[in-house]
Amino acid sequence: MNTAIASSPPRQPTDWSADAMQRRIRARYRAEKRFRFYGLFAVLLSAGFLAFLLVTMISSGARGFTQTQIALPVNFAASDIFLEPGQLEGDGRDQLLAQADFQGLARQSAITTYGEEGPGLLSNGAWVLLRDAVSADPSLLTRNETLWVPASTEVDFAARGDSGSRQSEARDVMILRYAELEASEQVRRTLSWNFLTLADSSDPTLVGIWGALKGSLLTMTITLLLAFPIGVLTAVYLEEYAPENRWTDIIEVSINNLAAVPSIIFGLLGLAVFINVFHLPRSAAIVGGLTLALMTMPVIVIAGRNAIKSVPPSIRDAALGIGASPVQVLTHHVLPLSLPGILTGTIIGMSRALGETAPLLLIGMRAFVATPPGGFTDPATVLPVQIFLWSDELDPGFVEKTSAAIIVLLLFLLAMNGIAIWLRNKYEQRW
Amino acid sequence: MVIGFAVIAWFTARIRAARLRPIGGDRPHSLPGYHGWYVALWLAIPALLFLTVWSLVLPGLVEQSVLLDPAAQALPESQIERSAILGEARALADGSLGAAFNEEAEALIPAYQEASNFYGVIGIIATLLLAFACGAYAFLRVRPDFRARNRVERVVMWVLLIASLIAILTTIGIVASLLFETIRFFERISIIEFIFGTHWNPQSTTFSDDPGSFGAIPLFWGTILIGAIIAMIVAIPLGLMSAVYLTQYAPARIRSIMKPVLEILAGVPTVVYGYFAALTVAPAIRDFAVNFVGISSASSESALAAGVVMGVMIIPFVSSMADDSLAAVPGAMRDGSLAMGATNSETIKRVLIPAALPGIVGGVLLAVSRAIGETMIVVMAAGLAANLTANPFESVTTVTVQIVQLLTGDQEFDSSKTLAAFALGLVLFIVTLLLNIIALGVVKRFREAYE
Repeated sequence: MNTAIASSPPRQPTDWSADAMQRRIRARYRAEKRFRFYGLFAVLLSAGFLAFLLVTMISSGARGFTQTQIALPVNFAASDIFLEPGQLEGDGRDQLLAQADFQGLARQSAITTYGEEGPGLLSNGAWVLLRDAVSADPSLLTRNETLWVPASTEVDFAARGDSGSRQSEARDVMILRYAELEASEQVRRTLSWNFLTLADSSDPTLVGIWGALKGSLLTMTITLLLAFPIGVLTAVYLEEYAPENRWTDIIEVSINNLAAVPSIIFGLLGLAVFINVFHLPRSAAIVGGLTLALMTMPVIVIAGRNAIKSVPPSIRDAALGIGASPVQVLTHHVLPLSLPGILTGTIIGMSRALGETAPLLLIGMRAFVATPPGGFTDPATVLPVQIFLWSDELDPGFVEKTSAAIIVLLLFLLAMNGIAIWLRNKYEQRW
Repeated sequence: MVIGFAVIAWFTARIRAARLRPIGGDRPHSLPGYHGWYVALWLAIPALLFLTVWSLVLPGLVEQSVLLDPAAQALPESQIERSAILGEARALADGSLGAAFNEEAEALIPAYQEASNFYGVIGIIATLLLAFACGAYAFLRVRPDFRARNRVERVVMWVLLIASLIAILTTIGIVASLLFETIRFFERISIIEFIFGTHWNPQSTTFSDDPGSFGAIPLFWGTILIGAIIAMIVAIPLGLMSAVYLTQYAPARIRSIMKPVLEILAGVPTVVYGYFAALTVAPAIRDFAVNFVGISSASSESALAAGVVMGVMIIPFVSSMADDSLAAVPGAMRDGSLAMGATNSETIKRVLIPAALPGIVGGVLLAVSRAIGETMIVVMAAGLAANLTANPFESVTTVTVQIVQLLTGDQEFDSSKTLAAFALGLVLFIVTLLLNIIALGVVKRFREAYE
């Protein structure tokens, strides 16, 4: 063996200063830098995409919170509406208001002030505001009053110098017209609460998200009331009491699978079971809440189990040692200690449910709901579904409303996740 | 009301138990609170159970007695009309309907109100009697040596067990409802036609069940093209490189900022991605295809737009799975490679990633299963036309899009169209389940290898 080594020529030490070697090292360092740059690039690209998404939504959605309004002088006294303020005090008031031709009045007033194409400057639903104004203050009927009413989509687009769906010639006319109106202070753009207080409508100048928001709140209430207790109890059972047997395995496997099932499958389940078997009302918040509860529960169970698992066994042993019963150990020690973790998981699960759309489409929560739902069984829609519905609308006025609704949804999610992170940082204990 | 009584019972029993101080030197076995709970549970549970059962039988009983009413003799014979009128009368009687549509229904209102009042009162009386009987029974058992705690804890155990069974019930519910409807679907359309057919156009079959319109291959292909190919081409490099950069190179400060930022990508609701894809990405991609690639037929609902946006959504999943896998590789392997003179990138490429590969593959499989089950992005940005094409600029459709399409707007439940949606749902369920099982198996084996 020794001879074999001796017979091969002694290896020269590597000459690091040789040109070839230096080139290789430089190439390797370049590769290193390049690789590092690719990594940074990937991170920045992902973050940049997020930033681009948010900026797009905010810039096109910010206008959704404002409203272009137009001044409409209305001569109630000289109108075709033969109502006296006194008549509007009795019981028949709603009926009288419904019979009166406010639509014609708005039309007439617009023609008087703005000429033949005047009615085209008003939003289709402007007359509703006239009626509401009279309803709020019957004495208007004897006066001549200038009201600010929402302007039509075309005026709205002209206000930003945009064409909307109109052809360019019509657009230019409208922009000139708008400039005139602006000079005479007959139009204005204001921040309007209407978007937050109204419900869905077919007219983009009059839509709001309160209906969808209320539907979301009702749905989330049901989801929370069902998913939280069931999720926590299941987590407690699996972590603290479950014997190691086949049943427990089945429960664990099904929870882990449920957490990975696509959300649309839960929609199919809701449709087949809650609507077709139990005949619960279609489109109702209660069905949506039940469906989302089934979807959220596994998330809460998994988070709850981790939180309970992190409570050190010594605490349980100590409590059991001084005579506490298993349930006392649980309610006095384990649950309070793991509650921040459970709540964090619950909030994250709820925020996922709040942004969920697909299963709710299947159970019919995509109905056009023009009045905010009054209860759990009324037809309702939720924020994400409302966004989906508006994104399908052809009227370009809906674009900014959709983005504005997205901003509201994202703000809610941000708030929920913020609370979750705060809870985690404040109460999390490292044992 | 029952709950109210239960609360009262809790307090009275607690007070009574608290008075039971030592008889003959021994302390009572259980704390007063447990006695309170014991009585309250005895009072509430049977009564609530009875109420539930009663409210299920109640409509049947009311209807029985209404049919005995003389006014019911005038009802038409046919079962459908009969139940329609009865339903209307019920709605009229409880005030949820303003005015009658059928005269027969109006005639039945008094009978309805009478019967429902009668049975309602019976129900309330019976519930109260039951509650008091059970409550009294439990109350009399409050004695110092009574082991109330053990009994209450047994109830708690049952509650826990029942809660955990709900997960199983949900799984069974999913499988049963999907299977049941799917079997009914395959009674009409042959399973072979469904799985291997290449023509999908169920909207054309309004009345007849043309089996040729239910070939799901184009849907499967569209799903794979968008979810497993395009989305992964975007997500794997970006996710993997992000994970590598954040774990191996980035200073702690940047890591602590960028990691949550990437996680936000996973938290954005899918409907927002869908809107973004349809409004911003899809037109841009169409313009790009028309002007630079020269495909004049490029669709504004291209597979590429949906796939790219979905890929972005998936980045955090890939990144966090890769992160975990890289962290699981023993530090000694990395140190060894560095000590041999390899650069950081060589260590990552030649040592860390090969060692972490099973974990990364598992993560990618999970991401694929997430992507093919994703609905809103494809509903809003991908098309409805079931094309069998590999051109990413054309429009394809996916399984989830078709489920939504078949089940929205259509009110009838028995048509082949709605049943087809359940069959598609079953396929989706099985595929995602298999992907998850395989992925979790791979990840688990990989973890064990280094432990």
